[in-house]
Order: sequence, then structure tokens, then C-alpha cells
Amino acid sequence: MARAASPLMTRGLPIAVGAASVIGVFGLLEALLRLGVVNRYIVPLPSDVLLSLERIIVEENVLARMRETAYEVVMSGLFTILVGVPIGAALYRWRPLRRALEDWVAALAAAPLVLAFPLFLVMFGRSSTTVIVMSVITGLAPMILKTTEGFVATRPVLINVGKSLKMTDSQMFWKILFPSALPLIFTGIRLSWTFVLISVVGIEFLINLGGLGQLINDLAERYDLPGTYAAICFVILVSVVFFVALERLETWLQPSR
Amino acid sequence: MSNVANASTVTTVAAPKPQLVIDKVFKRFGDGPGAVVAVDQVSFDVRPGEFVAVIGPSGCGKSTLFNIIGGLLDDYSGDVLCEGDRVAGPHPAIGMVFQEESTFPWRNVLDNVAFPLELRGVGKAERLERAHHFIDLVGLGGFEKRMPSELSGGMRQRVSIARTLVSQPHILLMDEPFAALDEQTRLLLGDKITQIQQDLKQTTLLITHNLTEAVQLSDRIVVMTYRPGRVKRTVSIDLPRPRTSDVVSSAAFGKYVAEIWADLREEASRGMADAEGRTRGAAPRG
Repeated sequence: MARAASPLMTRGLPIAVGAASVIGVFGLLEALLRLGVVNRYIVPLPSDVLLSLERIIVEENVLARMRETAYEVVMSGLFTILVGVPIGAALYRWRPLRRALEDWVAALAAAPLVLAFPLFLVMFGRSSTTVIVMSVITGLAPMILKTTEGFVATRPVLINVGKSLKMTDSQMFWKILFPSALPLIFTGIRLSWTFVLISVVGIEFLINLGGLGQLINDLAERYDLPGTYAAICFVILVSVVFFVALERLETWLQPSR
Repeated sequence: MSNVANASTVTTVAAPKPQLVIDKVFKRFGDGPGAVVAVDQVSFDVRPGEFVAVIGPSGCGKSTLFNIIGGLLDDYSGDVLCEGDRVAGPHPAIGMVFQEESTFPWRNVLDNVAFPLELRGVGKAERLERAHHFIDLVGLGGFEKRMPSELSGGMRQRVSIARTLVSQPHILLMDEPFAALDEQTRLLLGDKITQIQQDLKQTTLLITHNLTEAVQLSDRIVVMTYRPGRVKRTVSIDLPRPRTSDVVSSAAFGKYVAEIWADLREEASRGMADAEGRTRGAAPRG
């Protein structure tokens, strides 16, 4: 007879397999580099990258850079919410507006906005403002689309409950439509903040300014390959932690889901 | 045994003034050849404290009638009079319970039930007290802090009923509230509804397609025809009260069910034939 899997197996095994896969890939890469199959002047040894992590954290002032990146991410993220949610609600409320603009907003999500950075440099100079404005625009599309989707997905029966209780438009919005749309609005926040983080680091790299993106650029220009890859690994690590934290926050804020 | 009246016959039994009057209600959807007459000259009334069920096959306009009486559809002809007022929008004397699960998933049971009082600006202490009372009445005492996602379908529907009752509507209007539930839960919830209706002397209009549910709960049953929905006949259910689900095993219950089914079968068969015809017409030719 089949036995129920223990919590250690159900939770621990996937994590162990995931970690083993990463270690396996790095191990294989290390072997290929040491055997000369892959050129060491292009890809550094993973063991060198690992050793460089401490160096970049201590010598390259990573924490201060992280603070700078975090500031830009939080500012951009907050602006995407402040601008995206009202626009998403407006697209739900006025159907002709939705028909006219929804495809354009979706196109905005697919556009490689980062290529427009020279234009923003001209407008805002080589500053945090450029990074923030470009990142807000990058994160705006998923925020708008998911907000609209959330409102549209409100079950008609809940709206009928509101009508049967003779709710005003404002009550209907704040007490039924908005709470009902919240799960998808949170999904929008998670997606847009992820886009924002990628955008912030990418633009910092491109315009060689500020936080973690600039660090990667600096190390690459010094041709410090292990350092560059260590910085990239650090950014990936930060992204993973950031993404997991957003997911946890989403679950915590919506205990009913 | 049963007191069967023709649809056209005006009831002249000495009875209190009807609380709800549905008079020659007509509703058509669309125009031209594709127009569908959902309800056609439907007339009946509900007296204070009475439990009336409207039964008919799918497509007979039951839900349209529910929406008209509840004030969610106001472009109809004829009259729906609630305590003398013509219904042209949700009426404060009518409380609606919907077929679909309609609890707010982001509110716990207590906050769901207290919601209508919150809208009216009732103070917190009073609204919680009243919500507790109605939660107990539907048998959900102890579940106040649970979220709807933690409850079964039957419990969620009871939350919806408590939320409607908390406003103390003069007329309770229900659209197939047990449609999504299994038969046993349906019978047990029927007991609960009967008990509440008897305790509160609650005037109730139930829209349903379930024959046993209609006979178990009602004082009168209005049988509708398949499209366009018209009143085929009205049957008075002379089963003793207080009533419980045990009544389903009685001979009288069986006779009522058989009698109404004889009428309904004809209408349901028309509905089925119509649906098959439409499916054939829509099927790709091979």
C-alpha cells in the first residue's frame, strides 16, 4: 500500500535536486575548463568566481551599491503601482479606452525599451532619474494589464450582490471590485517589480552609473573576469531572494487565497 | 389532496394582502428574428409569511424573473409590486440569495455576514451582535473567523443566506441556492431554510428547477412552461408544518412530486428537443 510522503521528502527533495543541478552544472563547467574544452579567457573557472565573491563584497563596496540599486528599484516599483493601478482601473471602467489602448500597452510590455536609453539620457542626464523613469516605463505594462485583468475577472455574482444591496459606485469599487481584483494586482506588482529590477541593473550597466549594474560594468572594463561573473552571480542571487520575498509577501497579504 | 388552480384563475381565498405581486410580466431579449421572449404574461403573488416556489425547466425564464423581481433587470413590461411599490431597481424590502457562490473571499464569515450593516453605517458593536445572531441561526456558530475558502459549498451558501437575512428583508428571494450542492446537503439545508422561514415568518420566493426541493419547502408552487416562460399552473402544497426533510418519505409528498412532474416532463421534453435541434443546426456538416 502506498504511504504518504514525509514533509522532508515533499519539501526537501525538490530543493536538494535543484541545488544538486546547479552544483552539477558548475562542476561540469569547471571540468570542461580545466580540460581545455572551453576557453578560460572567455569563461572563468567557477571556483575562481566563487572565491571572488568575498573580494567583490569587501573591496567593491557591494552593500553601498546594493542600497543604491534598492533605492532605484523601490522608487521605480512604487511609481509603477501609483501610475499603473489607476490606469488599469480606468481601462476597466471605460471600455472604449480599453479597446483603444490595451493592445498598445501589451506592445509596450514586449518592446525592448532599454534601447531607448540615449533618449532618456538626453532628457534626464546621466542620473538616477534616468534609471528610475526608464524602469517605471518598463514595469508599467504588466502592472496595468494585470490590474485591468483583475477588475475584469470580478465575478458577476459579486457585482449583483452589490447591486442588490444598492451600493453606490464608490462603495462598489472599494468594497467589491478592488478587493476582488487584488490577487491579480499583486501578481502585477510581482511581475512589474521583477521587470523593474532587471531594468534598473541593466540601465546602471549601460550608462555606467550607480549600483550593482555599474559594478558589473566596472569589473568587465577592468577585464576582471572572475569578479565580473561573481558580480553577475550576486545580482542573480539578489533577484532570486527578491522574487521569493515578493511571493511570500503576496501570500502573507492574502491569507484567504 | 392538492389544490390546483389554472394560471388564469384569480385566487379569491380570504387571505392577507399580497406582499409581492407579479402582474403580467413580459420580457424579451433582442429584436427581430433572433429575439427571445424569456417570460410572457407571468402573474402570481406571494402573501406575507408564505413560501412560494417557481419551478420550471432550464430556459423557462426563471432567472430572468429572479432578476426582474430583484430589480437587477428593469426594462420589462407588466408590474412587479413589492408592498405596493413598483420594482424598478433593487428594493430595500427584498433580500436576494444567488445561485452562484457569492461570499466575499477576502472577508471572514463574520465580516461577510455583517457587510450589509456596514454599508448602512450600523455601529460595529451592533452589527457584530446581529451578525452573530444570524450566523447562529444558519448553524455556523463557531465558524465566525473562518475564511470562505475554508468552508464547504453548503456552509458558504449558508453564509450568503445569513448575509441576506441580516438586513431583515421583508421578502427573501432565492435563485436555486442549493443548485451546486449534493442531494444530502440539499435536503439538510432545506431543513435549515424551513426552520428559519418558520421561526422568522419570512416571506420567501424560491426559484428552482428541483422538484423535491420545491415540494419540501413550499406552501405553493408556480409551474412554468418552457420558453416562453408562462405560468402553467399553481399547486398548493398541503403538507403539515413544521416540516422537515423526513417529509420526502411520505406518500403525500410522492403524490405531489408525481403530479407536478407530469406537467414538468412535458415542458422539460420540449426544452430538451429544442436544445438538441439547436445543437444539430450548429453542428458542422461532415
